Amino acid sequence: MKKENESSVTDKRKKTLTGLRNFGAKLYGQMEEGVFPWIKMPSRSIENIFYSPEIRQYILGDKAVRRSSRNIRHIRPLTQLVWAAYFAHELTQRQKTSTLRDVYYSAQAYDMSFKDQPESNNIITDLETVAGFSREDFNVFPEERSAIFGDLTIEYTVPGYEGRQLNLTSHPDGMMIGPALTSAAFVKTGADMVIAIEKGGLFTRFIEEAVHKKFNALLVLTAGQAPRATRRFIHRLNKELDLPVHIFTDGDPWGMHIAMVIISGSANAAHLRELTTPDATWSGMWATDIVDYKLPSDALTNIDIKRLHELQKDPRYKGKLWQREVKKFLKIKKKSEQEAFSRYGLTYIVDEYLPAKLKETS
Amino acid sequence: MAQTFEEISAADFFYRNRDIAGFTNPARAVFSSIRELVENALDASDIYSVLPDVYIRLSQEEETELGEVTVYTLRVEDNGSGIPPRHIPSAFGQVLFGSKYKLKQARGTFGLGGTMAILYGQITTHKPVYVASSTGTSKIYKYKLMIDIQRNRPLILDRKIQINKEKWHGTTVEFWLEGDYLRAMPKILEYLKQTALVTPYANITFIGPKGRLYKFTRATTKMPPPPKETLPHPYGVDVETIQRLIRITSCRNMLDFMKTHFHRVGENIAHHFLEFAGISEKKNPKKLKPQEIVRLVRMMKKFKGFLPPDASCLAPLGEELLKAGILKELKPEFTAVFQRKPSTYSGHPFIVETAIAYGGDVPKKDDPPVYRFANRIPLLYDEASDVSVKVIRSINWRRYKALPDMPIAILVHVCSTKVPYKTVGKEFIADRPEVSREILNGIREVSRQLQHFLTKREHVEKERRRLSVFSKYLPKIAQFSTELAGKEKTPDIKKLLSSVRKLEEGK
Repeated sequence: MKKENESSVTDKRKKTLTGLRNFGAKLYGQMEEGVFPWIKMPSRSIENIFYSPEIRQYILGDKAVRRSSRNIRHIRPLTQLVWAAYFAHELTQRQKTSTLRDVYYSAQAYDMSFKDQPESNNIITDLETVAGFSREDFNVFPEERSAIFGDLTIEYTVPGYEGRQLNLTSHPDGMMIGPALTSAAFVKTGADMVIAIEKGGLFTRFIEEAVHKKFNALLVLTAGQAPRATRRFIHRLNKELDLPVHIFTDGDPWGMHIAMVIISGSANAAHLRELTTPDATWSGMWATDIVDYKLPSDALTNIDIKRLHELQKDPRYKGKLWQREVKKFLKIKKKSEQEAFSRYGLTYIVDEYLPAKLKETS
Repeated sequence: MAQTFEEISAADFFYRNRDIAGFTNPARAVFSSIRELVENALDASDIYSVLPDVYIRLSQEEETELGEVTVYTLRVEDNGSGIPPRHIPSAFGQVLFGSKYKLKQARGTFGLGGTMAILYGQITTHKPVYVASSTGTSKIYKYKLMIDIQRNRPLILDRKIQINKEKWHGTTVEFWLEGDYLRAMPKILEYLKQTALVTPYANITFIGPKGRLYKFTRATTKMPPPPKETLPHPYGVDVETIQRLIRITSCRNMLDFMKTHFHRVGENIAHHFLEFAGISEKKNPKKLKPQEIVRLVRMMKKFKGFLPPDASCLAPLGEELLKAGILKELKPEFTAVFQRKPSTYSGHPFIVETAIAYGGDVPKKDDPPVYRFANRIPLLYDEASDVSVKVIRSINWRRYKALPDMPIAILVHVCSTKVPYKTVGKEFIADRPEVSREILNGIREVSRQLQHFLTKREHVEKERRRLSVFSKYLPKIAQFSTELAGKEKTPDIKKLLSSVRKLEEGK
């Protein structure tokens, strides 16, 4: 298993570097031939984003945009894109990491200017679209950090730590899913499943109550909407280690959607693959749980209700469970947080609720 | 109680009412004196078709006890036509005496200004005026004069005749007056600057009381053709004019009378008019009864068959000279000038000239400065009441790409045998619909030219920016893709850049 995983990480890096080099070579060749350099890439406009039921995520359609340096409106973003590719190549080759904010400032060192952060973010997304890799592949990471705890041994590939192994139970606060962990190879695990949790408080409670041992599970903290690095990590746990994934969120439309994005991805990432875990299950809290467990609850706000109506029409929500729960929320007009179980005592959620739900959704 | 009735002379009238002629206070008096004499000097040169050299010197005589008010000597010299010797005393010592009552365009019209200045000098300092003039003959006539205000007659205190070896022609006037130069200075300098603008063929030299020299040098030796004298137009006459004409006419019948004394009236029109008016062609004009004269004037205004007055009696500056004047005094980046076709109001012909100046030394102001001229006189006071300013305020300047913070100046010149002033002080032009329409159309024309200029410049600027975008980014694309591709030599992009340039030029 180890070898296979290790090669998966280094292969990915090689592929990324080759892709970026080819991109440069193509433009270089065009200029050699006396042609204004240009590129073609799939359009990310809203009309070109479709939901694919086969691969259970959003994908881009056939519409493409051409960006040519001959065009006065294109030349600046094209130049920014070429620079971004060059910069990404440098990062990947030297195994340095960066953030979107950092990219924005780094541009100035090359006399390249972005008028604001959104402009530079957009160019990075362009690069993902052109290259077909996500920005984590070329070492641009988000600021948000989430965490993992459980019996998984990894081996680092980052400079200075190559070959060093670590078991992810080493620290009771969990290990941050940062660049080093993202690029690490999986060595071995004793776990049978992954439990993703929305909130930090509950994540800590699960560790204290030894949920990882009782259920033989890896615990992942998504810290709200899961960062892409975390979604990617969950994808790998599912694909490479063949572990089923259960997701626990708050019982409201927003928590529901946190689970959905881990499962089916977002429209914003329609140009990317390997960020989704279609086989993961949303195990709670459901609207029906609020009723069944007689949980303390709050009334849904107008915004909550509006969001539920949107979700009802969303192609990702076609499944029976999803439709049933959306309807139930709309019917009871109530929402509840994960912490609400504490009214039955601190360990109720672990002793009663969790086993029941895992059984129900496995 | 017995009331006393007395007659007052014209000089006496203006002495008592000097406000209406622009001698309101010491500052205004200095300004008006200089202005009246400079205008007379320029008129004298125009008549003679000689390039004007006007020299003005204001020197401080003594401090008076009144504090700020000072006595000055004002001396104005010109190289114009000069005044025939027998008219010199009346021209300077009698109010409302002049050579400008005829129907042609001149700066002065009332025969008032120059003498008013002298009158003002006399009443504030009780000193005489010294005049020297020659029409270019072998003699120069020098007079020392005072005005008998009650009788409106000149008092000749001294008279000398000098041999004129150089055949000098022109007039020199020197007199004393009370004034406040410090407060008048900004207006005087503005007046001289605008006069130089509208008289670009003149040399004007001014020496202030502190000895400071201001020199406005001519930018061209071309002069506009002098205006011709014309007969009165039937639409513009009144009962008094007809009576005067009857007094002097040698015509024996009405047909000849109409043909001889009126502008653009020939055999045919005279015939039709008299028929329309119901007056016999054979009637002797000297035998017209008073009510017949009134009727004649009324019918003249009613009759539709008169030809409009022609403009040969007008002397607009002309586009070329106007442009030269603007370039000389305002030093703009761009200027457009336009002369409208002659038009008339109430039987008086007039021509409007407009100009717009942009950029260069023209200052940026929220309300663009308006340079107003009437018969080549700058109008400096009462701007807000002037017809031009009203017209300019009514224009939607955005249509012409002119924005509030742009450096723009506008110029309006109205020439007419009778400029519709609202006051004797000649400060602003009344809002006559015929006149304001001409001004509006004139300003629109030059504004369109400004718009073209701005659009073109914007286009050039845009192309320049466009080109700079290509030359900024293409080399970077080349640099980064070379490094990405792992090549050593960057591709040659000179051809691509020059093709961008060629496309621009080809447009």
